[in-house]
Amino acid sequence: MIRVFGWNEFLIIVVAAQWTIALSAIAFAGGSIGGLLMALMRVSEVRAFRRFATGFIRLFQGTPLLMQLFLVYFGMNIVGFAINPWIAAAVALALHASAFLGEIWRGCIEAVPKGQREAATALGLRYYHSMRYVILPQAIRIAVAPTVGFLVQLIKGTSLASIIGFTELTRQGQIINNATFSPFLVFGTVAAIYFLLCWPLSLVARRMETRFSRATAR
Amino acid sequence: MYDFNFAPVLAAFDQLAIGAWLTVRLSCAAMLIGLVVSIFCSWGKTSGPKILRAVIDGYIEIIRNTPFLVQIFFIYFGMPSLGLRLSPNSAALLALVVNFGAYGTEIIRAGIESIHKGQVEAGWALGLSRAQIFRYIIMKPALRTVYPALTSQFIYLMLNTSVVSVISADDLTAAGNDLQSATFASFEVYITVTLIYLALSVGFSALFYAIEKMTFKYPLSR
Repeated sequence: MIRVFGWNEFLIIVVAAQWTIALSAIAFAGGSIGGLLMALMRVSEVRAFRRFATGFIRLFQGTPLLMQLFLVYFGMNIVGFAINPWIAAAVALALHASAFLGEIWRGCIEAVPKGQREAATALGLRYYHSMRYVILPQAIRIAVAPTVGFLVQLIKGTSLASIIGFTELTRQGQIINNATFSPFLVFGTVAAIYFLLCWPLSLVARRMETRFSRATAR
Repeated sequence: MYDFNFAPVLAAFDQLAIGAWLTVRLSCAAMLIGLVVSIFCSWGKTSGPKILRAVIDGYIEIIRNTPFLVQIFFIYFGMPSLGLRLSPNSAALLALVVNFGAYGTEIIRAGIESIHKGQVEAGWALGLSRAQIFRYIIMKPALRTVYPALTSQFIYLMLNTSVVSVISADDLTAAGNDLQSATFASFEVYITVTLIYLALSVGFSALFYAIEKMTFKYPLSR
């Protein structure tokens, strides 16, 4: 019996978007903590930290997100946890976001003019205070636009969690499509919801970027 | 404690190699066709008629703000109802081209816009032909400017191809999936596949770097 794609099916898909939003939020929160750590390690004066962070970032930027999801998903079995798509997707996406945000934020920290750091040292500020009061507040302003831009990439990335069996927007679309056989309507709806989530962020990121480049133009 | 068992993975390594070869061919083909699309669209966006500009803008925004996975589903499952039935591999290629085209357009357009107008005027003053101006004054410096962005977009495209396994195109990830269901050594299979992807992306980065050194020999003038 083939169901018809109607109002109900449409609503089921719309409601499934909450899981996409929840997964994105968790991945972004985890990725922010990890990313800040990675960025600080990348600009640290301790070589072992720099090496570790560089390796971590290379690894996650040089392999597909899908593989990272698979490895966390099946790897949970190895370290003795029951396989759970929810946790696997959240952990994998948070690690993925840590690597990308780490690299983005390192660039932002390094974009703060060197003289600022030297001035902080000249004023007698130690590492913690010069980071806390001089470098990071300036780096954060530079970082807002690319971070919002990455958020778009992260929301799109959550769609891959459907492949390991996490029922979010894309997976719900597949399920409805299997029941109704109207791929145009189903995936059109799914794509439209992603678009509505991502497009405003893209616009905000772009506007901030032009405003910032105009402010810093010489 | 978990016992790692790589023996079945190594025994079936040729399967993975065949999959990896398709991944490489698929990525390169998608990049080349996608570049043609990008160059056409960036021309349309910078100097085409207004309607064409709006269409290209819409195309870019839609592609950049929806997941690649959904784009594949749309093309593979949706196209047949328009009467266009594609094999998994050609649907994968089409999806990759459409996806790369959108990102490539923005990259190449930025490159063309980075060329100072005075450069072109200087070319006219020197009596260069239209073709010469396009080739030496616009395209070559523009390509050099956007080359790093294009190559990292290619690496991104190649890693993205892993997603085409969901419509049973037979790429590296699909080969890994087959091996996984035959051996049940999930973690071992996927760690091997991941390392192959890593080797591919590191290898391509090195290749692109070598090409950059050979092609753009003259120093950057600022």
